[in-house]
Amino acid sequence: MKLTSLLNRGAAGLLATGLGALCLPVLAQTAAPEAAAAAVAAAPDVLSHVFELQYAMDTFYFLVCGALVMWMAAGFSMLEAGLVRTKNTTEILTKNVALYSIACIMYMVCGYAIMYDGSYFLSGIAGGESLTGDVLKSFSEREGGFGGDSIYADPSDFFFQVVFVATAMSIVSGAVAERMKLWAFLIFTVVMTGFIYPMEGAWTWNGADVFGMFNLGDMGFSDFAGSGIVHMAGASAALAGVLLLGPRKGKYGPNGEIKPILGSNLPLATLGTFILWMGWFGFNGGSVLKLGDIANANAVAMVFLNTNAAAAGGLVAALLVSKALYGKADLTMALNGALAGLVAITAEPSAPSALQATLFGAAGGVLVVFSIRALDSMKIDDPVGAISVHGVVGLLGLLLVPITNSDSTFTGQIMGAITIFVWVFVTSLIVWGILKAIMGIRVSEEEEYEGVDLVECGQEAYPEFVGRN
Amino acid sequence: MKLITAIIKPFKLDEVREALSNIGVQGITVTEVKGFGRQKGHTELYRGAEYVVDFLPKVKLEVAIAESLLDQAVEAIENAARTGKIGDGKIFVSSLESVVRIRTGETGQEAL
Repeated sequence: MKLTSLLNRGAAGLLATGLGALCLPVLAQTAAPEAAAAAVAAAPDVLSHVFELQYAMDTFYFLVCGALVMWMAAGFSMLEAGLVRTKNTTEILTKNVALYSIACIMYMVCGYAIMYDGSYFLSGIAGGESLTGDVLKSFSEREGGFGGDSIYADPSDFFFQVVFVATAMSIVSGAVAERMKLWAFLIFTVVMTGFIYPMEGAWTWNGADVFGMFNLGDMGFSDFAGSGIVHMAGASAALAGVLLLGPRKGKYGPNGEIKPILGSNLPLATLGTFILWMGWFGFNGGSVLKLGDIANANAVAMVFLNTNAAAAGGLVAALLVSKALYGKADLTMALNGALAGLVAITAEPSAPSALQATLFGAAGGVLVVFSIRALDSMKIDDPVGAISVHGVVGLLGLLLVPITNSDSTFTGQIMGAITIFVWVFVTSLIVWGILKAIMGIRVSEEEEYEGVDLVECGQEAYPEFVGRN
Repeated sequence: MKLITAIIKPFKLDEVREALSNIGVQGITVTEVKGFGRQKGHTELYRGAEYVVDFLPKVKLEVAIAESLLDQAVEAIENAARTGKIGDGKIFVSSLESVVRIRTGETGQEAL
């Protein structure tokens, strides 16, 4: 391959010209910037080519991980389509494809600017070009030398970030399924992806002060890939929506009975879960933010391993709990368990050992089974278990971090959780409230009985006996 | 012995089933069907082209019943399935010639 042959030629060049002595301190982890600059000047070709490769590799890594997280949109679509009734399938699919697209647009318009001090409409990223000279200069000035923070193409950063916004928003669509007006949901999407999520993202991943009052990073808050920032946030918005929306007709009986409304397509639900599982490798893996040196490559490998282990632990735990409590192996609980495991590890997937990751995932799997039942007994109707999987277990994920990551503190995690929850829940409640007052957020009783597919989309997902005109 | 065939709105099934159970009916058969009566369908557009949705989802119930229970059963179904809006459905009563319980071979009223 080109990479190895280039490196081979480079190595040969070093030996041949006798610049090894000069280059060794530069290639060490704690190189001084002046020596690095001197080395670049003395052996520009070899070193800058290696840096170019690191740039390309780290950029490529962001892009591939971004693509994997994008794939999670397909996962959510299939999972939700499988867990709603046939008469509501077209509408939930429409919601999913639309929310993904709106998220991409709104994050470009203003979300990225709010979250990362970028420019509105991404005007700062034009043509995808970072000048080679500028990039090489930043390499030579980088703290930590070759092992320092990754340097990559700006568009790849946006691409990686935008798919996370879409994921957070997607969590809401399952909880409000089968009874919410499509367009009310899409209008909420605009606000959530353009404003609500970017604000709390700025306070966490961008390290900004929360309205100038306190700084979560300084308090020891740590959320690697977003158990709180993405998952708990999405669930908070979902909870606000569900509280104002009310349960589906016929779900809760007059004497407090819970009437199950069965999913219509379990193969799709299973496919969706596996797609999410695979996409999660990008979600957690990409959050390492760098691939191109030994330490980070090791971290990435561990993250993939732990992510997988946690999902497996979560699924088996949920399966066992459902067998113990309900006497049967409930597939839908097992699927939720796998996702719960993934959410639980997302806040810290690199520090735990494989066994710890499996156990953390299992804890998520156990918790989710009880949470789903608890929400139903509180008459909070969540057709796909989104609030349990992403919210309750999201919080668990945050609280597990200090066990393996000594840079974080329980106080920090709790403060972060409270900040994210209060911000997202309250602002969402306001937006849902305004929408409810202006246009209503729930379809009428007749429409709910007929199914939102025909009402909102004019198309059945599984049409039969369609007449000709 | 009579056979009641009722076409009702799908979401009314639970209520009708409970109502029948309250008067002592022990078995029913249910099928998902599509149909229309005077409740007209409507047109939809698919990728720009118009088509007609006139077959609406309904549930068909079949209950074999003793004559003595017939009037109560029909009334129970009627009251439970009624919404007052168009499309509530219909109840058909026909004569049943014979009934056999497969497991035991009983016939007639004992088989109901």
